Amino acid sequence: MILKALEIEGVDQIFGFPGGAVLPLYNQLYDSPLKHLLVRHEQAAVHAADGYARVTGKPGVVFATSGPGATNLVTGIANAYMDSVPLVLITGQVASPFIGTDAFQEADITGITLPITKHNYLVKNVEELPSILSEAFFIASTGRRGPVLIDIPKDLFDHEAPFNYDQKCHIAGYNPTYSGHAGQINRAVKAIRDARRPVIFGGGGLIRAGADQVLRELAETARIPVILSLMGLGAFPGDNSLFLGMPGMHGSVTANYALTETDLIIAAGVRFDDRVTGKLENFAEKAKIIHIDIDPAEIGKNVIIDIPIVGDVRLVLEDLLCKLKPGNTEKWFKQIESWQEKYPMPAGSKGASSSLLPQFVIRELSRLSEPDTIVATDVGQHQMWTAQHFIIRAPKRFLTSGGLGTMGYGFPAAIGARLAAPEQRVLCITGDGSFQMNIQELATVVNNNLDLTIALINNGSLGMVRQWQEFFYEKRYSHTLLVGSPDFIKVAEAYGARALRASTEVEATQAIEEAFRIKGPVLIDFVVNPEENVYPMVAPNHPINQIITGGDF
Amino acid sequence: MKHVLAILVENKAGALTRISGLFSRRGFNIENIAVGETVTPGVARMTITVEGSDPVIEQVMKQLHKLINVLKVSNLSKEPSVMRELMLIKVRSETGSRSDIQQIVETFRGKVVDVSPDSMIIEVTGTEDKLEAIKMMLEHFGIKEIVRTGKVALLRGAKTTREA
Repeated sequence: MILKALEIEGVDQIFGFPGGAVLPLYNQLYDSPLKHLLVRHEQAAVHAADGYARVTGKPGVVFATSGPGATNLVTGIANAYMDSVPLVLITGQVASPFIGTDAFQEADITGITLPITKHNYLVKNVEELPSILSEAFFIASTGRRGPVLIDIPKDLFDHEAPFNYDQKCHIAGYNPTYSGHAGQINRAVKAIRDARRPVIFGGGGLIRAGADQVLRELAETARIPVILSLMGLGAFPGDNSLFLGMPGMHGSVTANYALTETDLIIAAGVRFDDRVTGKLENFAEKAKIIHIDIDPAEIGKNVIIDIPIVGDVRLVLEDLLCKLKPGNTEKWFKQIESWQEKYPMPAGSKGASSSLLPQFVIRELSRLSEPDTIVATDVGQHQMWTAQHFIIRAPKRFLTSGGLGTMGYGFPAAIGARLAAPEQRVLCITGDGSFQMNIQELATVVNNNLDLTIALINNGSLGMVRQWQEFFYEKRYSHTLLVGSPDFIKVAEAYGARALRASTEVEATQAIEEAFRIKGPVLIDFVVNPEENVYPMVAPNHPINQIITGGDF
Repeated sequence: MKHVLAILVENKAGALTRISGLFSRRGFNIENIAVGETVTPGVARMTITVEGSDPVIEQVMKQLHKLINVLKVSNLSKEPSVMRELMLIKVRSETGSRSDIQQIVETFRGKVVDVSPDSMIIEVTGTEDKLEAIKMMLEHFGIKEIVRTGKVALLRGAKTTREA
C-alpha cells in the first residue's frame, strides 16, 4: 500500500536503511520498481533525500527503522526544516501492542520530531494510512515546504485495507496563500517607483517557488541590484552585473554597504536570519522594507516590515513586474560600483604564497566546472569561501546547510544530487572536520559507482571555530586542531575510490582537471594554509557595515 | 499585556502537545489554559491566556496558525467578550467562622458545595479580578487548597469565533 502510494506520487528514488520494524516494508520493496539507495548511516539518508529534493523540487523520501534508526534521522530532519526542504520520512515503529512499554528499539519519534517537522503522524489504523500518505506529500510539497514524518507500527505494514488514494486532499487547517494582496502590491509598486537606492534581497524561497526568471526580468527592467542570502545563491546569475553577492557575516562589503544605505529593500523569500542582519537595531535603518513570503509568520518576525505581502514569491514578483518601469537608479549604481572597485572579494592572505590558499582552490573549481555543475558544501570556512568565490549561475545548483549549519550535510547531499541529475557534474566541497562526520558514505558512492568529485579543503582544523577562537577567545585553540585525522587518500582508496592530493597551485589545477576526467567517485585532498581566515567578517551582533576586512586586499 | 486567545483545533492525538510545545519552544508564556469540546464534533476549543506585547502576540497567533491541526485563532481581548473562570476553594472553617465565610461567599455570588467539621469547599465563577478578591477575603480563614479551570471566553453578540 505504501509503495503504491509512492508510485502515484511520482516517487522514483528512496533513501534508507532497513531494520526490525521496517522488515515488512523492505520485504515489499524487494520486488518493487522503486529504486532504493542503501546508505551507511540514517543521517546520510535524510541529507541525500534533502539534496535530491533541492535539485528536483520533488519531496525526498526516506525509510528508516524504529528507535535508533528513527533518532538518527533527527539532525537531517531539523536541517530540512530550517531550510524548508520537502521530505516525506517513513519510520517503522514497534508493533501497536508494544507502544508505550519501552519495548526494544522503541522511541517516541513523533514526539521527538514535533518541533522539527512541518507535521507528523503516528498511524493508529491501517484504514487511515492512504489519506495520511497523501496528506504528507501534499503538506511537504506545498506552501512553505518542509519535512513530514509518518511513524508506522510494524504490525500495520501487513494489514490489508481498501486503497482509496486521493492526491487532491483537502485539509481543513491548511490553506496556504498564493496570490498576493492587490492593494499591497500597488503600495509596493509605488514604493519601488519612489525609491532612489533600492535593492532586491532574495533567499531560498525564490528557488523553491521557481522565481528565478521573473526575478531576473524584474531586476533588469527596473534596474535594481540584487543581493542573495546563502540559501538564495543561484536564484540570480552570480556573474550578472546587477548581482552584489551575499550579505551578512561573511558577505561582500558591497552587499552590506548597499543594505545599510538603501532606501528600499524588496525582500523576497528570505527570513532575515541573524547571520544576515547583524545587530537588528542598526539593520537597514534608512530603508522601507517590502517583504514577500509564503509564510505569514516570517513577516515581522525579526525586522519591522512596511509593506507585507503574503504569497507565492513567483506570482507576486510577476504581479510587480507587469506594473514596473525602468527605475532611475544610475546614481545608486555609481555608488555601488565604487564600493565594488574598492572592496573586491579578498583572494586570501598575501604572505602565504608558498602554501595553497583555499580561496584559490575554490576559484579554480569554479573556473574548471561546467556552468550547470551542482555544488554541495559542508559547513564552516570552506562553505563561506564557496559562497564567496564559486560562481553559481542558476538555481538548484548550490546545496548547503543554511539554517541549521549541519557539518556532515554536504557529502550525502551530493549523493542525492547525483541521483537527481544524472547529466550534470556533481561536486562536493567539504572540510576535514565536516567530511569525517559522514565519511562512511564513501562505501555508498563506491558501491553504486556514483560519479562525483569530493574536494576536501584540508586545513587540519575546525577552521571556522578556530577563526572565532583567534578573534574572540585570545587564540586559545581549545579542541579545534584535528590531530589524528587519517590519511584521506588511504581512506578513500581503502573504500575503493580514487584519490588525489594537491599542496601547490599547480598541483591543485592539475588535480581538478584529472578528477573531472575520471568517471566514478574521486577525492582530492587539498592541503591548504591552516591559518587562513574567512574575510570579510562582521562580528556577531554588530552592525553589518562594521566589517573586518583582514587587510589583505 | 494579557491576551486571551481562542483556538479551534482538530481533536486529534497530539494536538494539545503541539500547541503547548510551541509556546515553550518559542519562549511564549502560557498563563492559563482551558480545553473542551465544541458544538462541532471532532473540534476542540482551547482558551489560552498569554502575556506579551502586540508584536509578540501577533507572532504567537501566526505560529499557532501554522500548525496543521489548528483551524482558527482569534484574540478575544481585542473585541468585546465575556470571560469567566471557575475556582474551587477548600477553606478551613469552624463553627465560629462558618457564617462569616458564608456571608463572603454570598457577596461574591459563590456557592458552598461541601462542608465538613473543619472545612468547606466554595465554588465561585467570574472574572480574574473577582476570583482574586474572594481569595483575598478568605485567606485569613486559612485556604487549604485551590483549583482553577483557566479562563474561558466567548465573543459578545451573535457573532461566533468561527466567523470572526
